[in-house]
Amino acid sequence: MAETIKLTVARYRPEEQSEPTFQSYDVPYNKDWVLLDALNHVKNEIDGSLTFRWSCRMGVCGSCGMMVNGVPKLTCAVPLTDYRPSEPVRIEPLQFFPVIRDLVVDITSFLGKLSSVKPWIIRDDVEATEVAEYRQSPAELDDYKQFSMCINCMLCYSACPVVGLESEFAGPAAIALAQRYNLDSRDAGAEERQDVLNEHEGMWGCTFVGECTKVCPKNVDPAGAIQLYKMATAQDWMKSMLLPWGAK
Amino acid sequence: MSNPSQAPTVDLKLYRRPMPFGWWLENGAYFRFIARELTCIFVGLFTVLTLELVQAVGRGPAPYAAFMARLEGSAYIAFSLLAFAAVLYHAVTWFNLVPTTVVVRLGGERVPDGLIAAAHFAAWAVASLVVAFIVLRG
Amino acid sequence: MAEFSCDLLIVGGGGAGLRASIAAAEARPDLDVAVVSKVYPMRSHTVAAEGGAAAVIKPEDTTDAHAYDTVSGADWLCDQDVVEAFVEEAPREMVQLEHWGCPWSREPDGTVAVRPFGGMKVKRTWFAADKTGFHMLHTLFQTSLKYKSVKRYDEWFVTKLLVDDGRCLGVVAIEIATGRIHSIVAKAVILCTGGCGKIFPFTTNANIKNGDGMALAYRAGAPLKDMEFVQYHPTGLPQTGILITEAARAEGGWLVNKDGYRYLQDYDLGTPEPKPVLRSMELGPRDRLSQAFVKELERGRTLEGPYGAYVNLDIRQIGEQVIDKRLPFVRELCLKYANIDPVHELIPVRPVVHYMMGGVHTDINGATPIAGLYAAGEVACVSLNGANRLGSNSLTECLVFGARAGRVAAEYAARAEPAGGAVSAQVRDEERRLRDLLESNGTERIAGLRAEMQAAMEESAGIYRTGAGLKQGTETMGRLRQHARNLKLDDRSATFNTELVSALELEYMLELAEVILRSALERTESRGAHQRSDFPERNDERYLSHSLAYREADGAARIAYLPVTITRWPPGARVYGR
Repeated sequence: MAETIKLTVARYRPEEQSEPTFQSYDVPYNKDWVLLDALNHVKNEIDGSLTFRWSCRMGVCGSCGMMVNGVPKLTCAVPLTDYRPSEPVRIEPLQFFPVIRDLVVDITSFLGKLSSVKPWIIRDDVEATEVAEYRQSPAELDDYKQFSMCINCMLCYSACPVVGLESEFAGPAAIALAQRYNLDSRDAGAEERQDVLNEHEGMWGCTFVGECTKVCPKNVDPAGAIQLYKMATAQDWMKSMLLPWGAK
Repeated sequence: MSNPSQAPTVDLKLYRRPMPFGWWLENGAYFRFIARELTCIFVGLFTVLTLELVQAVGRGPAPYAAFMARLEGSAYIAFSLLAFAAVLYHAVTWFNLVPTTVVVRLGGERVPDGLIAAAHFAAWAVASLVVAFIVLRG
Repeated sequence: MAEFSCDLLIVGGGGAGLRASIAAAEARPDLDVAVVSKVYPMRSHTVAAEGGAAAVIKPEDTTDAHAYDTVSGADWLCDQDVVEAFVEEAPREMVQLEHWGCPWSREPDGTVAVRPFGGMKVKRTWFAADKTGFHMLHTLFQTSLKYKSVKRYDEWFVTKLLVDDGRCLGVVAIEIATGRIHSIVAKAVILCTGGCGKIFPFTTNANIKNGDGMALAYRAGAPLKDMEFVQYHPTGLPQTGILITEAARAEGGWLVNKDGYRYLQDYDLGTPEPKPVLRSMELGPRDRLSQAFVKELERGRTLEGPYGAYVNLDIRQIGEQVIDKRLPFVRELCLKYANIDPVHELIPVRPVVHYMMGGVHTDINGATPIAGLYAAGEVACVSLNGANRLGSNSLTECLVFGARAGRVAAEYAARAEPAGGAVSAQVRDEERRLRDLLESNGTERIAGLRAEMQAAMEESAGIYRTGAGLKQGTETMGRLRQHARNLKLDDRSATFNTELVSALELEYMLELAEVILRSALERTESRGAHQRSDFPERNDERYLSHSLAYREADGAARIAYLPVTITRWPPGARVYGR
C-alpha cells in the first residue's frame, strides 16, 4: 500500500455540536499534492460532508486559508511534502474568526472594515471628459504597489492577537489597503481616511507584533504599512504642534 | 461600519473560541512579543533610577555619595543586571523591527532590510563606545 | 423562504458583474441594484487573469487595426458591428479603470505601458505586471463599495431564473450559510457568471467555473450561441492546468519541442527570430498554437511526463531582471507548483481548456431574447470572439459589455412594471426540487460522475474532433445525466452545504457538456478552435453563421443558425508570420 498521511481536521456541525471536535482522515501522501488537494481527496472520496472554501488553487483568490498545525496558511500554496507522513497534520479554521461550519469562517466583519477605510480613489477635481490616463511614474507606482497585492485571504487577521482581543480593530489588511490608496499619487483622500484610522480601533490598535507580515502569502507587509502610517501621522501631528500656522 | 452585504436571514449558530488567558504562551512569536512589551517596564524603571541619579548629583556631593552607596547593595546590582538584560533584549528586538518602519530609497531601489537594521546596530555600537570612552577615561 | 426585491439584479461579482453594477448605479442612482454571487466578489475568477487587457491607447495604434486583429483572430465568426463598438469603447473603459486606481505598469514618462500579445499586430495590451485580472477585480470591487445603491448577496447560489410570459422577473437562490431558499425579485437581471471550463479535466479555470449562468439561461429558454468553440490555452502546467500567461511569450519566451526546436515554424506561423515578432511564431493565435502541439505530439516530438505529453516553454533568455519585473507571478507559480525556477529552467507546458467563446446569445447591448434578461462577460456570447478569442480581449470585454449591459438594463428596469405575483408557484416548485435533492439517497458520488464527464469531454470535444467521437460523447453524457439523478449526498446539513452546491453545479455542467457536443457535431467544418478531422476545411458558404442551441421540452438541444454580421472585413485567409 502506498504511503499515507493523517489529517486531523476540526469539525463543527452547528446543528449537532456546541463546539468543534476533531476527525482524522488518512490520505495518500502524494508528493505532487498541495494540502488543498488532500482535503479535496477527503471531500471527493471519503467524506462529502467535510466543508471548506476553495476556488482558484493557484494562490490568488484567497479562499482557502486555514490554520495548519497552528499557523495560518493558504492551503493551495502548501506542498503536502512540507509535512512528514509520520505525524498527523492538524487543520483548523482560521483563528480569531467566528466559525460557521467545519473550516469555514465568517469574514463579514472584514468586509465592513474594508469599506470603512474608503478603499477607492478620492480626488478633489472633477473627472475629465477626455480619454487620457493620469500620469504615474514607475517610482510612484512602486510607492504603493506592494500594498496593492493583498488578496484578502485573512491570514494576517488570524496571525494578529489584537484581532483576537479586540474585535473592533480594523486589522492589518484593511489598514494596509487604506495605506495603498494614501500612497497612490492619484489619490487625495488620506485626510478622509484618517477619520477612521486615527483611532484606537484604527492604526493605534496595532501593537506591532509583526506576525501579519510573516504569514502574508503575497509579501504585502501589512505591519510595515501600519508603522509607516503611524510615522506619517505622528510627523503630521508634530508639525501641526510646532508650526501651527501652516504645517503643510 | 458600512457593509453593503445582506446579513444572514436567520442567526447562525457561530462558534467563537474564547481568547484563552494564556494565549501568549501558545505561540513562540506571541511570547517573544509579550516579552518585548514586558521589558518596557525595566526600561522605565532604569530611567527612573537615572533621573534619581541626576537629582542626587544636583543636590551635592553628600546625597550623591549616599545614592552611590545605595546602588552597591546586592538588590540594586541584581536589578541592574536584570534591567541590562531586558534593555538589551528590547533594543535588539526593536532594531530588528526598524526596517519595517523605515523605508529608504537610494536611486529608486529600496535599501535592503538587513542593511537598515545593520546601520542601527552599528550606530548603537558607536554610541556605546563613545559612552564607554567617556566613562572609562575618568 | 423570504422574498427579496430590487430593481436590477446582477448574478456574479467578477469583472463584468462589478462593472455592470457600477455602470447601473451611475446611470440610474435612483435604482436599487444588487449583486448576488456564490462567492465573495474578490474570489471571482477574473482574479486569475494574468497577461493583460487590450485597448488602443498609443499614437501608432488604430482601432481599425485592433478590429482587424480581432476579426481575423476570430476566423471571421464574430459580428463586426460588435467588434467595432468594442474597439471604440475599449480605451475609454480602460482609462476609467485607471482613474479608479488600477495599478497599471508604466512607461518612464508615466503613461501606461503596453505589451505585445498573441494575434495582435500592434502592442496594445495594458498590464499590471502579470496579475492584471487580480488588480482589475480588486480595483472594481473596492470602487464598487463607494456606491451606496449597490447591495450585495455574498455567497448566495442562484438555482433558477424566474421567467413568466417571456420576461425575466428574478431568481431563486440558496443562501449558502443558512441553507435557506429565497427568491430575489427584480425588474431586470444581468448574468455575469463566467464560463464553464470545469467541464474539462485540464483547465486553467477555478473550481467555481461551472457555467451556472449559461445553464440558468438555457433552462429558462434562452439559446446558447457558438458553444462548440472552446479555447485551449497553449501553455498550462501539466498536472494542475495552472496558467502560464501568454505574456511569457510576449516578453520573449519560446516554445520548444523535445529537441529544443521552435516547432511553430513548421506550422505556417512564421520564422523564428530571437526577439518576439508581432502576429508571428509564439505570438500567433491560441487556437493555432494549441493545434500545433497536437500535430507535434502526433509526430512524436513532444516529451512525456507523469501527467502526459508536454513541450517546453523557455523564458531563460528574458533574464531574471525582466522576469521579476514583468512576470513575477509566472516565476512564483513555477516555483510553487512545478518546483522549477524559470530563470534557469524550462517550463513544461501543454494546452489546457481556458475560455468559452460561446455563451448566452445576446445582442450588442447584452440583451438576451428573454425580456429583462441580460448577459455580459464570458457567460455571454455577444459575438466578439467568434471562433477564437485573442488573448487580452476578454478582460476588456468584461468592462465594455459589462458597462453596456449595466446601463441598458438599468434603463429597462427604470421603465419596467413591477413583477407582480406571477412567480410564487415557480418558487415553490424550485424549493421542493432543492429539498428533494438534499435528501437524495442514491448511489452515485458527485466526484465520480464529474471525473467521467471531464474525461469524456477531453476525449471527444478536445482540440481535434470527429463525428464519431462527438456522437460517442453525447451518448456518454446521456448516460451520466441518468446517473446524476441517483446521487448520493453525504451532507444533509443546512449550514454551508457545499456538497449540495456541487451537485447543482454538476447538473449545470452535464447540461452544457451536451450542448457543446451537439453544437460541435452539427458544425461539419473546421474553423478557429473547432477543428473537425473529418471536415478539415472552413466552409463559409454553409457555416459563416453562429450556432444557436435551444433546449427542447425533453431536455435535448436543437441547433439552429444565425448569419454572422459583416461590416468592413470580408472573410479572408488567416495569415500569421508572413
